[in-house]
Amino acid sequence: MHELSVCGSIAGIVRKRAADRRVTRIHVRVGQLRQIVPDTLAYNWQLVVAETPLDGSVLEIEHIPGRLTCRDCRSESEIGDFPLFLCHSCNSYNVEVTAGEELLVVALDLLEA
Amino acid sequence: MGRFHRHSDGVVHAHDHGSDDEHHHGDHSGYATATERVEVLERIFDENDRTAAENRADFAAHGICTVNLMSSPGAGKTTLLRETLRRLAAEVRVGVVEGDIQTSLDADRLEGFGAAIALVNTGDGFGGECHLDAPMVRSALPRLPLDALDLIIIENVGNLVCPAEFDVGEHARAMVYAITEGEDKPLKYPVMFRSVDLVLVNKMDLLPHLDFDLVLFRANLRQVNPTAEVIEISARTGLRVDAWCDWLRARVAANR
Repeated sequence: MHELSVCGSIAGIVRKRAADRRVTRIHVRVGQLRQIVPDTLAYNWQLVVAETPLDGSVLEIEHIPGRLTCRDCRSESEIGDFPLFLCHSCNSYNVEVTAGEELLVVALDLLEA
Repeated sequence: MGRFHRHSDGVVHAHDHGSDDEHHHGDHSGYATATERVEVLERIFDENDRTAAENRADFAAHGICTVNLMSSPGAGKTTLLRETLRRLAAEVRVGVVEGDIQTSLDADRLEGFGAAIALVNTGDGFGGECHLDAPMVRSALPRLPLDALDLIIIENVGNLVCPAEFDVGEHARAMVYAITEGEDKPLKYPVMFRSVDLVLVNKMDLLPHLDFDLVLFRANLRQVNPTAEVIEISARTGLRVDAWCDWLRARVAANR
């Protein structure tokens, strides 16, 4: 639901890093636990950049599945599509999230000047 | 008009599908003009988190403890706040940052209890925000007498998704959960329930009229947040609101 403000933040980062160069693609990494719907993010990107110098740029979204490490038995588990913070080996809920909270702009593709 | 779509590799993107003859699905290297890839690796919430750190520093400089209060719409945040101010305002100097998408209705309900209230309408701009972020909270601070406060309660926008994502500079997070919402909510909104230090289980006065299973709710909560404190309350009848006020007093005392 906060995809619009996330797009605004992405646009701010892109403008700062690209300076006046033409941006063709923005590579972003979004963890499963950031509660962002990729299609909604891509759609909102169009709204945010419409009629700006970023109009026509492509948002490429890399989805990172959630993973966790058990604090009791140290084994690793997937969090799964329906998020469960449960160790698959020993059924402990005493777990630490090790992936899935990413939310970053990884790289920009800029037209050669 | 651009379109967005998902490729088989899970990548979703938006771009023009006009008369772009250079574009072929499955091959995104075929742009007519050469591009240069520049590594950025910048966290998207960096700016929010920098502002949150500024807020936190200001709170520390004034010796203020700050609690971010979150819930779904209608769980009882404002009623609880009113009962909290009624009990606390004589001994603890309280400020309230009141987030509301469109109206001042909630802020109006809190007038007259001796607390300083700063309203942040999040409805300005593009569609209205569903949460408070650190810059919004920062914008409210000049309207609060920071030198004369011990505690700021930030009443976030009613929403179980977005507010969990934004650090606003608070010292602790509490949420109001109403038993009318059903036992499954911790499993459906695990990010919110995981992010809080305290869950206030509200509307306990309605328990005799509902099929609500408190044991199941607590088990579901433990699945996503094994360490959160839980206080069962009724903001309407005042049941155990004093226990919540004690929790706030302890936070304020620890912050001094």
